[in-house]
Amino acid sequence: MQADEINLKKKAESAVGKKAAFGEDFELGEFGEASKISEPIENMKELDEESQRTLLQVGVLPSEEGRAGTLLMKDNAISHTSLKDKNIELMSTKKAMETHEWLKDYAWKLVAVDADKYTAKSYLEDADGYFIRAPAGKKTVFPVQTCLMLGSKKVSQTVHNIVVVEEEARLDIITGCTTQKGVEEGLHLGISEMYVKKGATLNFTMIHNWAENIGVRPRTVVRVEEGGTFVSNYICLKPVRSVQSYPTVRLEGKGAVARLSTIAIAHPGSELDLGSRAIFNAPGTRAELISRTITTGGRIIARGEMIGNAAGAKGHLECRGLVLSDKGSQRAIPILEANVADIELTHEAAVGKIAQDQVEYLMARGLTEDEAVGMIVRGFLDVGIKGIPEELRKEIEETITQTALGM
Amino acid sequence: MLKIENLRVEVNGKTLLHDVNLEVGRGYTNVLFGPNGAGKSALMRTIMGFSEYKVVEGRILFNGEDITHLPVDERARRGLGIMMQRPPNMSGIKLRDLVHTVAKGEKDPEDLAENLDMQRFLDRDVNVGFSGGEIKRSELLQLAAQNPNLYLLDEPESGVDLVSIGQVGTKISELLNREIECPGERCKKGKSALIITHTGQILDYVQADRGYILCNGTIMCSGNPLEMLEEIKKKGYEECVKCKLMK
Repeated sequence: MQADEINLKKKAESAVGKKAAFGEDFELGEFGEASKISEPIENMKELDEESQRTLLQVGVLPSEEGRAGTLLMKDNAISHTSLKDKNIELMSTKKAMETHEWLKDYAWKLVAVDADKYTAKSYLEDADGYFIRAPAGKKTVFPVQTCLMLGSKKVSQTVHNIVVVEEEARLDIITGCTTQKGVEEGLHLGISEMYVKKGATLNFTMIHNWAENIGVRPRTVVRVEEGGTFVSNYICLKPVRSVQSYPTVRLEGKGAVARLSTIAIAHPGSELDLGSRAIFNAPGTRAELISRTITTGGRIIARGEMIGNAAGAKGHLECRGLVLSDKGSQRAIPILEANVADIELTHEAAVGKIAQDQVEYLMARGLTEDEAVGMIVRGFLDVGIKGIPEELRKEIEETITQTALGM
Repeated sequence: MLKIENLRVEVNGKTLLHDVNLEVGRGYTNVLFGPNGAGKSALMRTIMGFSEYKVVEGRILFNGEDITHLPVDERARRGLGIMMQRPPNMSGIKLRDLVHTVAKGEKDPEDLAENLDMQRFLDRDVNVGFSGGEIKRSELLQLAAQNPNLYLLDEPESGVDLVSIGQVGTKISELLNREIECPGERCKKGKSALIITHTGQILDYVQADRGYILCNGTIMCSGNPLEMLEEIKKKGYEECVKCKLMK
């Protein structure tokens, strides 16, 4: 074992009991370790109908049509990998670590192993996950789809993903996180480290569709170099016990850009502590952090933080929350920090009910109150998502409509 | 078609309208004049049924049915339609989707929009960043999709440039008259309208049948709309208030 590995291990071991800064504290001992062995799935279309539907609901197409590649991770084992676009690389993180000697300079370099008990556990369990790389100048036409699925009851799934988009390359990823039918209780811990190099673009869409008693602790850090662009859409519309995530984008090169959007619905019993953070470490960097959240009875905390450390940085933070039930709560916590003079950071936050004049405006056109509210809610969340595949948008709109009408 | 009897309306406990009596017959286009703050928009919005406006006395009849306490959508379904002066910004709702929904899929938004030169606005958020004239055209587009029997038009010419006034006026006339040229026929088969106007410009495009003057929250007088307009232009509304007091 090499010196830094020993060092990391020590750090991780010291953090096994370290509570996370935010969110409900899960007792890790209460969850079993998810299996590292699973039945390989040759063809996604061979999955039973129920599983196929589960995948579809998180934007993962079993037909694999219009996708550059597919990876499915069930519990702690990679059960399917296929790649149609040979310009790029897609494999399990473990395999990638064996294949690429240089990858050790990327693994656990953005996310600290001792950030909290969840990162520590993921490191100590030697978590597997997906590795996707677009070599320099390669631009994918279709997105790569990955699915992280909790397949067993009362276990904790640990995931470690690494994405590398080399210079002037472009990569689109759809990651769907979900549970197999019947799995109502469990924990998902996901480490993601993403590198967007000079002039490259990464368009990342993540859809969460968990069950009512699942705890979710993603830990994501993205590093964007000069002229690079990172676009992220995070969508969580179904009931879940607790999600706490605070992805951080470090804009390290001149003119790097990030746009992160979050759309989420907190159902009764759900607690969503969602944030995004941009750190402007190079001149002329820009970021836009947008969150649109709705509570129908759950608790939402919408965080956002922008830290300006370099001249000419420009950022806008927008948190809007709708409260559709007296039992729900919305808390918006925007933070802006400027550490040099030439910085322009702004924020806009608003929480409250749907404006009555908007509802009645639509009703005056003959829509029922439910139809009017549905349309407004769809529009409200729609503003938050841009650049996601069309069929996914339809699915999302349908879910939103159902939720809005089911209130 | 529309009959208002002794109406008294409050907003936040404050009386805005009182003793309002007004009628619009089938196929008639009636005009509502009055100075700023008289309560004209409030009356329109009360007729449409916006919940902010509480009717505390009197009643509103539509085709003989008492609709005083019906919700907005029920009134819309019975054939009332409004062109608002300052409609809310509908962020995230595309004009195309709204027009499609309002038309219940029976009319193509594209066709309706062409007629109003609004095609390029179909994929924009309703009212967001629209100019005065664009708002009027967007409202008319929605009304064309809705096809009401009684049009409540709140200052169709305000904030509209001269070119657009022609467009807006012609469209309103088209919606109301539905190609009926004979005045007798119009009264039987045409649509009804109640139009608020400040300048009277809209009267160059539609045949107004009757005028009402609303001051200080109540109807001061009614009569021939063109004569009234002339009189108002000459003497202002002061005379109307005095006249009413003398009675």
